[in-house]
Amino acid sequence: MAGESGKIDPMHQFQIEPLAKLDLFGYDISFTNSSLFMLVVLGAIWVFMAGGMKRELVPGRWQMAVEGVTGFINNMMSSSIGPEGKKYVPLVFSLFMFILFANFMGMMPIGIVPGAHAFTVTSHLTVTAVLAVLSFGTVLVVGLWKHGLHFFSLFVPHGTPWWLLWLIPLIELFSFLIRPFSLALRLFVAMTAGHVLMKVLAGFVINGLNAEALWVAPLVALPSFILMIGITLLELLVCAIQAYVFALLTSLYINDAVNLH
Amino acid sequence: MPQIAQILETYASQFFWMLLVFGILYFVIGRGMVSKIDANVEARDRKIADDLAAAEKARAEADGLVAGGSEALNAARGEAQAKAAAAKAKGAKDAEARLAKADEEISAKLAAAEADLAKARAKAMAGIESVAAEAAADIVAKVSGAKVSAAQAATAVKAVLS
Repeated sequence: MAGESGKIDPMHQFQIEPLAKLDLFGYDISFTNSSLFMLVVLGAIWVFMAGGMKRELVPGRWQMAVEGVTGFINNMMSSSIGPEGKKYVPLVFSLFMFILFANFMGMMPIGIVPGAHAFTVTSHLTVTAVLAVLSFGTVLVVGLWKHGLHFFSLFVPHGTPWWLLWLIPLIELFSFLIRPFSLALRLFVAMTAGHVLMKVLAGFVINGLNAEALWVAPLVALPSFILMIGITLLELLVCAIQAYVFALLTSLYINDAVNLH
Repeated sequence: MPQIAQILETYASQFFWMLLVFGILYFVIGRGMVSKIDANVEARDRKIADDLAAAEKARAEADGLVAGGSEALNAARGEAQAKAAAAKAKGAKDAEARLAKADEEISAKLAAAEADLAKARAKAMAGIESVAAEAAADIVAKVSGAKVSAAQAATAVKAVLS
């Protein structure tokens, strides 16, 4: 955002601004630009899915695309969990679609409309934390529900030598407990870093073009612009990869809970 | 970093809206739409499998029909061959019988002809004897002047001829 001195703050894009004040039991649940984009993402997913709901025997293009996505998640679940994975398809599908659409929604050139700014919901720790807790909570609930206390045998892998029994469960427990944090932080950091990088490069381009010295524009603005095209494409790739990684890791974690190694 | 700087003011709103949106996403789209789409995909897969199975069955049936047809053809050919052989055998027997009959007739005719011939020969021979006896008697009478009775001449001729 251009301030008074032409300074561009790459962090301003993450600012949450309340659009309508709301209050629930003393908690501030204002409708913000973040909430707005969550709804936009939800609406976009709904439109995408509704377009493929004709349920024809011979699918059209749109239905083919929707069936491709559901088939992709179905395959992922059955290959990492097995036949029991079908039960968890709705959860992983929702996680995958929300992250994918939120990531892409943040990349949309909404900024060309004056006054409007794209907001990347998944660049917020609070959002990724909720997603990670949903993923991790499912693993805990499913594991304890299916196996009871036997679930904790997850921390003693097969073939652990007896003289390492004091150490391996500790390490396993640690790696298990760190899962929600790694899930949440990976997505948050990837999206934040990508958007900051793009914004910084965009600042180089704009400030370079506005610079008084004429040599700055071709020497700084042009290479930055070219670099930015590449970074943007890379960022689009990262958007898809992060959604895939989150869904894949969730399916693997659920596999742990369902099949106990 | 606003994500962390604003966390205390915004966490409640973020959690609330995120859970709300995700709840709608999970229950309406994840549970509702996805399962319907999956059911449709499964129905299609099943239909394709059923159609393939039906086609496979039809092909097996056709194969069976072809095998049955060639069997019937073979049977018909065998029958025709048997009939032809029987007809040939019958024809041969008929021809044989006719041949035998003709043979018999011919040999009967031959025998009759031979008998006639023998009779004729005997008659001729008898004729020759009487002529020869007369001639002999004449010759004797002319040569020696002796009179020879017909009976004597016949006896003498018979003795010479036989």
